[in-house]
Amino acid sequence: MSDERLPRRRTARSARGTGRARIGSYLAAVVIAVPFLLPFYLLLRNSLMTQAELGALEWRWWPERIDLTGFADAFDNGTAPLGRALLNSALVAVVSAPVSTLFASMAGYAVARIRVAAARPVFLLVVATMMVPGAATFVPTFVVVGSLGGVNTLWGLIVPGLFNALAVLLFRGFYLRFPQEIEDAGRIDGLGHLGVYLRLALPNSAGLLAALGVLSFIEHWNSFLWPLVIGQDPALWTVQVAMSTNLTAQAINLPALFASAVVSVVPLALVFLVAQRWIVRGILATGIKG
Amino acid sequence: MSVRTGARQADAGTVRPAPGSARRRRVDWSAWRAFALLTAPLLVGLLVFKYVAMGWGLLLSFSDARGTIALGDWAGLANYRTLFGDPRFRESLSMIVVFTLVIVPLTFAIALGLAVLVNRLRRGRALFRTTFFLPAAVSYVVASLIWKMSLFSGVPSSAANSLAALFGQEPTAWIATVDPPLYWVVLVTVRLWLQVGLYMILFLAGMQEIPAELYEAARVDGAAGQWRLFRHITFPLLRNTSVAVTLLLVIAAFQAFDEFYNLLSTGLAGAPGPDGRPPLVYLYDVSLVQQDYGLGSAGAFVVTLLIVLVTLVQGRLVGFGRRDGD
Repeated sequence: MSDERLPRRRTARSARGTGRARIGSYLAAVVIAVPFLLPFYLLLRNSLMTQAELGALEWRWWPERIDLTGFADAFDNGTAPLGRALLNSALVAVVSAPVSTLFASMAGYAVARIRVAAARPVFLLVVATMMVPGAATFVPTFVVVGSLGGVNTLWGLIVPGLFNALAVLLFRGFYLRFPQEIEDAGRIDGLGHLGVYLRLALPNSAGLLAALGVLSFIEHWNSFLWPLVIGQDPALWTVQVAMSTNLTAQAINLPALFASAVVSVVPLALVFLVAQRWIVRGILATGIKG
Repeated sequence: MSVRTGARQADAGTVRPAPGSARRRRVDWSAWRAFALLTAPLLVGLLVFKYVAMGWGLLLSFSDARGTIALGDWAGLANYRTLFGDPRFRESLSMIVVFTLVIVPLTFAIALGLAVLVNRLRRGRALFRTTFFLPAAVSYVVASLIWKMSLFSGVPSSAANSLAALFGQEPTAWIATVDPPLYWVVLVTVRLWLQVGLYMILFLAGMQEIPAELYEAARVDGAAGQWRLFRHITFPLLRNTSVAVTLLLVIAAFQAFDEFYNLLSTGLAGAPGPDGRPPLVYLYDVSLVQQDYGLGSAGAFVVTLLIVLVTLVQGRLVGFGRRDGD
C-alpha cells in the first residue's frame, strides 16, 4: 500500500535530497501520523467528557466543560477499584521484569561460560521450550498452577511468567562474546565462577539487562490472557482485567472507563518515551532472533 | 571487543573445548556448583511450567476431565473427536487462517512502508519514528476500548461515523454488522495500530545494515529512481528481516485473543455471536467457562501443533533466511 505509493511519487528525481521530493515525504509522514495519534486524542477527550456527551449525536472536538467525575468514579468503583488494580499491575510488572531478566542472565551465563558436561543438554532443554507458543498453552499451564493451589493467588499470577527461554538465548550469545581476559583477570584476583558472574559479567551486561527488562515490564503491564485466567477474584484483578470487566459489563460508565484507561496508559507511555532507546535495543535483540 | 591474547584463549572464549581437554581435567566441583546455582531457578521453572504442564495437559487431553484438573478417567480420543465434531472449533480454525492471511501481509506492507518513509526523513526522523511506534505501549484492552466505544462505536458522534457523515453516509454499527463483515475493519485496524510500529523498528534496523555504497554504485550505474532502488537493493537485502517479521507476525496472529475477547463480547460464553471467534477464545470458553479441561487441553495441543507446523513449513519455504547474498 503505502510502500508502493510513496517511492513512486519520487521516481522523477534521482538523489534523495531534492527539495520537492523531500517535502512530499514530510507531507506523507504528517498525514500518516494522524491516524496513529487520533486514538490517543480520543482517549484523553473521552476521559474528560460526561456520559451524555459521549453518547451525543454530534461530533465534538473537546468537552464543553472539562469533567473529572470519570476519574473519581474509576477510583470509587465498588467491584473493581482502580487503585487496587493499579497496585496489582505494578506489583506484577515490577517483580516480573527484573526477576525474569535476572534468571535468564544467570542461566545464559552458565551455559555460555561454565564448562561442565551438563551445559549442552541444559541449553537444549531451554531452547526446546521456545518451540511451544506461549499463549496457546494457557490451558496446560492453568492446570499445573491450579494443582499447585495457585489459582487466585499472587504467586500464581506472577511466577509462571518468570521463565523466558528466548532471553536465555540472547544472554548466552552476549556472554559467549564476553572477553576471556576479563574472566582471567577476575580468576587471578581469586574470584570463582559466581564471583566472575556477579562482579564482572553481570555489570558488563547492563545494556542488555536494561533492554530486555524494559521490554518485559511493558509486556507484563499490558498482559491480559494469563491474569484473566488465573485471577478470578476481583482483589487480584490487574488493571487490564478490571478494564476489560467493565468494558464487557452490561451497564458501562464510559467516562470512568476512559479515565481508567488514561491512568493505565500514562505510566507506560512515560516509560516508553524515557526508555525508548532500551526498548528499541530489546526489540532488535529479541525480534531478529525470533 | 578487546584484543585477544592468543589463539588458544580466543578459542576457549567462544567455543566449547574439545572433548579431550575436558577429560584431562578432573571434575571441577566448584564449576558444577556454580552451574547448578545459576541455572536452577530457570530450570525448575521451565520444568514445572512447560514440561510438566505439557505432559499433564497431554494426559488430560485423553481424559474425561470435566470440572476437574485431576487425571482420572481415560477417554481415549473422545476429546479430540468432540473437538473436531464441534463446528465452532472448526470455524475458529478457518477464521484464524483467514485472519492471519489478512493481517500478516497488511502489517508487513505498512510496517515496511513506514520504515522506508521514516528512513528517508532527515530532520524529525526520531519524532515520526516515536509517533508510529508509540501505540506499542498501549494494551489490547485499552485499544479495544477506544475502538469499540469511540472510534468505531455505533453512535452518530463516533469518529468513524462522523467521518462517514461527511460523505453523506448513515451511522453504522460497525462491530455488530456481520453482513457485510464490517467488524473485520475494527478487528484488523486495531491490531494494525498496535503492532505496525514494532515491525517498522525491525525493518529500520535492517535498513541501517545496508551499506550506503550500494546505493551510490547503483546511481552510478544509472539505476536511479527510489522505486527501483527499493526493488533492487533495499527489499532484497532486507530478506532476513522480512523472514523474521513474517514468522513473528504469523505466530502472533494465530494466538490472537485479547482484541477478540474485548471487542466481540457477544461471541463469548457459548452465545452464537458473529463468526469472529478465534481458537484461543474458544479454548478459554471451553476450559474456564465450561470447565472442561480435557477438551481444553486437547484444543491447546491442536492449536500448538498447528502453529509449530505452520512455522516449520514457512521456515522450509523461505529457507529460514539462512542463505545470504542472493
